[in-house]
Amino acid sequence: MRKKLNTIVGGTLLLSGNEAIARGAWEAGVHFASAYPGTPSTEILEAIGDEYDEIDAQWAPNEKVGLEVVAGASFAGARVLSAMKHVGLNVAADPLFTLSYIGATGGIVIVSADDPGMHSSQNEQDNRLMARAAKVVCLEPSDSQEAKDMVVEAFSISEDFDTPVLIRVTTRICHSKSIVKVGPRMEVPVKGYVTDIAKRVPIPSNARKMHSRVVKRLNDLSAWSSESSLNWIEDGDRSVGIITSGISYQYVKEVCPEACLLKIGMSNPLPWNLIEKFVEMVDKVIFVEEGEPFLEERVRSKFLIPAIGKDIITNEGELNPELVRKALHPGTTKAITFYETELPARPPALCPGCPHRGAFYCLSKLNGSSTGDIGCYTLGLMPPYNALETTVCMGASIGVLSGIEKAVGREGMGKLVAAIGESTFVHSGVTGLIDMVYNGNTGTVMIMDNSLTAMTGGQENPTTGKNLRGEPAPVLDLVKIVSACGVKHIRVIDPHDLTEMEKVFREEFERNELSVIITRRPCVMCYRPAKKSVALLDPEKCIGCKLCMKLGCPAISWADEKPDISKLLCWPNCDLCVQVCPVDAISKDMEGLE
Amino acid sequence: MKSITNVIICGTGGQGILLASEILCKAAMLAGNDVKKSEVHGMAQRGGSVSSHVRFGEKVYSPLVEKGTADLILSMEKMEALRWAPFLKSSGTLLSCDLEITPMTVNTGHAVYPDVISMMEEQSIPCRMVPALEIAEELGNLRVVNVVLIGAASSFIPINEDYWYRAVEERVPQKALDVNIEAFRKGRQLSGIE
Repeated sequence: MRKKLNTIVGGTLLLSGNEAIARGAWEAGVHFASAYPGTPSTEILEAIGDEYDEIDAQWAPNEKVGLEVVAGASFAGARVLSAMKHVGLNVAADPLFTLSYIGATGGIVIVSADDPGMHSSQNEQDNRLMARAAKVVCLEPSDSQEAKDMVVEAFSISEDFDTPVLIRVTTRICHSKSIVKVGPRMEVPVKGYVTDIAKRVPIPSNARKMHSRVVKRLNDLSAWSSESSLNWIEDGDRSVGIITSGISYQYVKEVCPEACLLKIGMSNPLPWNLIEKFVEMVDKVIFVEEGEPFLEERVRSKFLIPAIGKDIITNEGELNPELVRKALHPGTTKAITFYETELPARPPALCPGCPHRGAFYCLSKLNGSSTGDIGCYTLGLMPPYNALETTVCMGASIGVLSGIEKAVGREGMGKLVAAIGESTFVHSGVTGLIDMVYNGNTGTVMIMDNSLTAMTGGQENPTTGKNLRGEPAPVLDLVKIVSACGVKHIRVIDPHDLTEMEKVFREEFERNELSVIITRRPCVMCYRPAKKSVALLDPEKCIGCKLCMKLGCPAISWADEKPDISKLLCWPNCDLCVQVCPVDAISKDMEGLE
Repeated sequence: MKSITNVIICGTGGQGILLASEILCKAAMLAGNDVKKSEVHGMAQRGGSVSSHVRFGEKVYSPLVEKGTADLILSMEKMEALRWAPFLKSSGTLLSCDLEITPMTVNTGHAVYPDVISMMEEQSIPCRMVPALEIAEELGNLRVVNVVLIGAASSFIPINEDYWYRAVEERVPQKALDVNIEAFRKGRQLSGIE
């Protein structure tokens, strides 16, 4: 039996950046943590839930609430952590910007997991800029050891300087594993809640004083940071000095291990005294940073020095050792023996058995489409469905549908519905629905309820009946919520009943009033049917009509004029292809899987 | 300084690439190496291309392998082996499971699954096909294909055999320990270097 990590108080572990952040929280004596899942941040709270029972950890309905509850716990003197993906920080920006003024009674650490390269995101915003705008501390680890150590250090900074601390990581930190020296948990008592109105109620007369304190805090922090071990100089050939941070530091070390460099660990406020020392030491500075020219613009605005940065290193996408080598040391480019071949792309697809498939198949069949949202169902845009045509942010499917109707009327809207998952609806869709009711819209919102926050790997949410640790929790009743918003026409259906699904779409397209369709069927990640049947093709009966191919099922491929249904991939009791076959060539095979 | 060993394990979502790379990392750690590995989660899981970069040696900086430097590429799918070939160094080893998984772009008729073998021959890519699916079928468990493959790869990676078996024991689900050990052994024997 594998031991939980809270029983290991020394030695080394191979940890991802996310696991290291969870470990750091535990070692720092964190009492409470809250987050909404979002790639690449999700595993932070999962690791806390799985490994560290001493931390009270929970999923929040969205990032704003997640940050607000940890703020409250901090007011009561607990050490707290909230984690989110980069765009989640936009949702939590409202509490963040004022928490900066209020400060931290118990230490507050916020983790922003940015996604340069957009592996699983809709933009690549650089949240060091958010830290600067909010006037909070920003730390940037470059591997798992630093991630763990910086979390521990962040709590000291937070409490010593009375500030929230943002730890800005990126996908390549979150999802890379490296060796971490671990230690025991620090026992830190909860200080207790003490009323302090001047500190925690930013009415203008208080807030003005708070802002002055924040400005002084940044100056103090900059001076402190120059002396701290968070930033360091590695001496070398001083004709060129490299200023770098985060994962870029590792690429610089890979490419130029002997380079003279300044490694920035605290990127807001910057350690100005140390930077001054460095720029005076070297003849010329090269900035190597992923994302925006954050360090470059700030340093160059303060010091008139010969410098290059974004002139030679892109601010788009992820950096990698090749790109850094090309910029710093082009003579050492590795010889490539085998060239790139043009190959069919392998984009992600809805899983076999996915409950969203039936809904998108029917929508597509009726020449309908959707304003989309953030989740697995964004894949409704892919062929063969081609049934999703906008995505903005969490919850936006509903507002966008309303706006289209406002601009071009019900007629102009055609067969568009809003497609949103149940977790996203709870996150920030419900306010859009309230707006639709309040302002007299007539569209149809489809809440795709698969009882799981699925795209991030399968997390519980307020509708699933379980909490972060898998314990029973009250179930949010979507029908009642929708009804309470004032929606009169609500239908709950199984999206895998294709006849019914199609009928419901047809009726709702005709209806001249606001309606909500809740498609309800569990995600394949949380539910495997006990009774097993798989689809079996009778090649004699098959007429090669390709209707089954319109399901876009990964288990069905096309081979020699007939479909080929993979027994390995086919999902038990799905039966969608059995339903669409017009000549009954596909049947349920009760022999089932292996 | 001891040189760094660079390995890429690739394939498609759901094939057990992450478990295979966990086994490799554990074995490399047991052998006293610094280890880094990197992979991408999220959307990539839904049947898309998945890859895991593993680097080990005395001191590792970048978690990513550079093109033209992989000592070994282990692919769980034929076309993915070809996709990652530019990462292989000229003296490197490329192993691939003899399995075709058609991507959705092919299923929907937007692309054609290529003739991978002849495309590899054109470039003289030294790819060794591993009949891992057949071995897993013989063992009665199709889920151990990934462990057969890491077993096959293990002969080409300079790590002591004992560490490999300890790593497998620690990393696979305990209820399926025996079949996984057997899968690893069969894979390792396949390359004829046990």
